[in-house]
Amino acid sequence: MADTLERVTKIIVDRLGVEAAEVKPEASFKDDLGADSLDVVELVMELEDEFDMEISDEDAEKIVTVGDVIDYINSQN
Amino acid sequence: MAEKKSALVTGGSRGIGRAIALELASEGMNVAVNYAGSEAKANAVVDEIKAAGGHAIAIQANVGNMDEVQGMMKEVIAEFGSLEVLVNNAGITRDNLLMRMKEQEWDDVINTNLKGVFNCTKSVTRQMMKQRYGRIINVASVVGVAGNAGQANYVAAKAGVIGLTKTTAKELASRNITVNALAPGFIETDMTDELSDEVKSGMKGQIPLGRLGAAEDIAKAVKFLSSDDANYITGQTLHIDGGMVM
Repeated sequence: MADTLERVTKIIVDRLGVEAAEVKPEASFKDDLGADSLDVVELVMELEDEFDMEISDEDAEKIVTVGDVIDYINSQN
Repeated sequence: MAEKKSALVTGGSRGIGRAIALELASEGMNVAVNYAGSEAKANAVVDEIKAAGGHAIAIQANVGNMDEVQGMMKEVIAEFGSLEVLVNNAGITRDNLLMRMKEQEWDDVINTNLKGVFNCTKSVTRQMMKQRYGRIINVASVVGVAGNAGQANYVAAKAGVIGLTKTTAKELASRNITVNALAPGFIETDMTDELSDEVKSGMKGQIPLGRLGAAEDIAKAVKFLSSDDANYITGQTLHIDGGMVM
C-alpha cells in the first residue's frame, strides 16, 4: 500500500487538477491550490472513502493545508 | 450517470406526490415512494408502478427526522445504485388564524414542510456531488409567494422552501446539480377536498383559468424539470396555478 502522503497527493491532484509538485505540506487548499469551499468538502469525502474513516464536521473545518490532512490521518491510525 | 435514472419522491403515497411518482415511473425511472404513515397507499402506488413494468419501492420515514432521512437515503441508494432525482413533496397543514395558532401547530408544519426539505437535500448531496449529476425539485406553493390568511405556518414554511431552493441551487450548481421549486395553486387533492364548497368556489374566482388544477399538472412539470430538457434551469420557482399569482 502506498504511504499516506502518496495516496493523499493522488486524490488532491485528481480533484483539483494541480501538479503533484505543488502538493506540499504547507500548501493551503484555498490559497495555494485553488480550491473553493465545495472542493474542500469533496476532498474530505474522498479521503473518508480512501482511508475508510469518518471525519467529523468539526475536524473537517480545521483542515486548511495538505499537512493538516496528513496529520489528521496519522492521528487516526 | 446511471443508464436508468432513479428518483425519490417524499410524501409519494397520496395526492400530488402520488401523481409525481407515477409520472417519473412512466418515464422509465426507478422510483422510491416515501411515506410517513400511509403504508397501504404507498404500497398501492408501488404496485401500480410494478404492474406497468416499472421498478419501485415504498419506504417509510418522517422527513422531519434527520436520522430517519439518512437511513432512507442509504436504503434507496443501496436498492437503486444511484439517485439522480429528489422530489421534496412531503407536506402537512395545520391551518389556524395567527392569533389562535398553537405553538405545536407552528412547529409541526415547519418541521415537516421546511426542515424536511433541508434534511432530505443535505442527505442526498453527497451522492449527487459524487455523481456530478442531480435534479432536486421542491414542491412549494403559491401561498409562499403571495401569503394566505389562516396559514401562517404553512406560508412561512413554503416561502422558506423557495429561499432554500435558491441557496441550494447556488451552492451546488458547479457540480451539475440543479434545484428548482414548483408553486402549485389550488390543486384537487385530499388536502383541498377538506375545504367547504363555499371556499372552493371563492378560490375559483381568484383563478384566471377558472378551475382547480390536477395533481398531474404538477407531475408534468416535475417530469420536465427532472429531464435533460431543463439542464439550464436552476434556482427558479415555477408557478402552476392557472394564473392565480403573477
